[in-house]
Amino acid sequence: MPKLSFPNTWQGWLTIALFGFMYGPIVVLGIYSFNDSRRYTSVWQGFSLRWYESLFQDARIFRALQDTLFVAIVAVAISSVSGTLMAIGLCKYYFPGKGVYRGVSYLPLIIPDISIAVATLVFLASMAIPLSIWTIIAAHMVFCLAYIAVIVSSRLGSLDPNLEEAALDLGATPTQALIKVLLPQLMPAIVAGCLLAFVLSVDDLLISSFTAGGGANPLPLEIFSRIRNGVKPDMNALSVLLILASGMIAALAEYLRYKGSTMER
Amino acid sequence: MSASLSKGRLRGLATGWGYHLSRLTGPLALLGPAGLWLLLFLVLPTLLILDISLVPGLRPEDVDSAYGLGNYSKLFNPFDPAFDPVYLQVIWRSVYYATVSTLACLVLGFPVAYWLAIMAPRRWRNFLVVAFVLPLWTSSLLRSYAWMSILRPTGLLNSFIAWLSSFIPGVELPTQSWLYTSTAVFVGLTYNFLPYMVLILYASLEKLDISLLEAAADLGATPRQVFWKVTVPQTLPGIAAGCLLVFITSMGDFVVPTLLGGASSMTISRLIYNQFLGITRNWGLGSALSMVLIMAVSLAIALLLKYGDRDSVKEA
Repeated sequence: MPKLSFPNTWQGWLTIALFGFMYGPIVVLGIYSFNDSRRYTSVWQGFSLRWYESLFQDARIFRALQDTLFVAIVAVAISSVSGTLMAIGLCKYYFPGKGVYRGVSYLPLIIPDISIAVATLVFLASMAIPLSIWTIIAAHMVFCLAYIAVIVSSRLGSLDPNLEEAALDLGATPTQALIKVLLPQLMPAIVAGCLLAFVLSVDDLLISSFTAGGGANPLPLEIFSRIRNGVKPDMNALSVLLILASGMIAALAEYLRYKGSTMER
Repeated sequence: MSASLSKGRLRGLATGWGYHLSRLTGPLALLGPAGLWLLLFLVLPTLLILDISLVPGLRPEDVDSAYGLGNYSKLFNPFDPAFDPVYLQVIWRSVYYATVSTLACLVLGFPVAYWLAIMAPRRWRNFLVVAFVLPLWTSSLLRSYAWMSILRPTGLLNSFIAWLSSFIPGVELPTQSWLYTSTAVFVGLTYNFLPYMVLILYASLEKLDISLLEAAADLGATPRQVFWKVTVPQTLPGIAAGCLLVFITSMGDFVVPTLLGGASSMTISRLIYNQFLGITRNWGLGSALSMVLIMAVSLAIALLLKYGDRDSVKEA
């Protein structure tokens, strides 16, 4: 393992400083989640797990977590299939309007969340569809499938098309070639895409706010309503746990993508 | 005779249809479900927003109202009696926040991307880039919350300033409430979107041919000249792409100005939110504002496609 050489250039020092800038606030949050103070102050009062205890006794948080996980799992599960199929279809076929189709599939990544959220709310209202947990899922599927498709697409671009053709020449049906040849090669990208879409769905505030109605209350909404007017100490503990969880899931996804892209080299 | 012939033709027609159908099943199965979903929950809703933005003064309980450009004229036309300059101010403030934070991201992000792409040990590059970008995948709500606890009047920053000033006798360093100011919004936006900038600049700088830099240096260019005459022109598309992307995302951001900005830092996304979920609701005006936001973003995307480095964005 080569040593990470000492960055004795100002760019190196700035990079170190900005790593501190990126991770500092999260570390600060983590430290203060263990602060034993009755009121919330920045003065260190000693180590304590009291905020974690009060967090784990909070039934509202647990119900909200259940809603969040249900939305994310269902939305990602459906999107993993439709998003992957879309990426394969866009890679395989040429048809009039393909540019428009591809452009629309990128939109959820670019258009501000607030615009998508507002549009979805107005659409649901005009169709007289009552807001519930299922409308959140429907709205989340839009960006989930877009993300999964983008990540699968970039993997498809680096694949060897001859393998699938060979399978077809050797008598496989197109469906068999898809399932037995193409999908295993795409699997790391699909899993990575699903993990990233899952993280995005769990963290989403705006689209959930506009599509939740009274029936469901995902975690970001609950957190937002609590912290909007100030700092609440038990939210520190929750934030630390959630940031760690999504950070680890995203790191796993990046690792899978990296491994997938270096597999055949 | 003619009957059997027509039968044969019919069969030919039928198999022709079958042939076309079987050619369509593949594309339909692959592209149909996602396409239908995007149409239903993205394209139609956005068209509906455009439609509603043309109905002045629409509220949720209204059934129908006359079409017109009233909402837009309320935002932009100073001769309209309903014109309220506050909306234009809000739009400008959003542009201003986005511009400042984009410039901050560029100034901070370029040296970092340069170091990661060119100077960092090769083996560590991928790891370091992923580590730098990883916070992007955690909730921006929670990361902004982390800044709330630092910038509060009794927060860490003021404690730090007070601690510093205790070392300098006679000088009282100013402690102030940083939270709910424009400064807090700038810090929050820069913090949130710096990884985007670094990622795109890194992808662009990684493709830079280092032998060009060496050649320029060999031919007597100073490091400064190498940077401004070789490095920057070569990465200009990447710079454009990074700036436009950060601009778009910070312009439409809701969480940072809501949590870190006070009542005086109303932005377009907060205003839209209030028109739909706030106390005084006006769906028509909210839709018009949303269309303005989409148009601004579309303009930025058009610029991105024209001048930006698309490959770097894709890799990112």
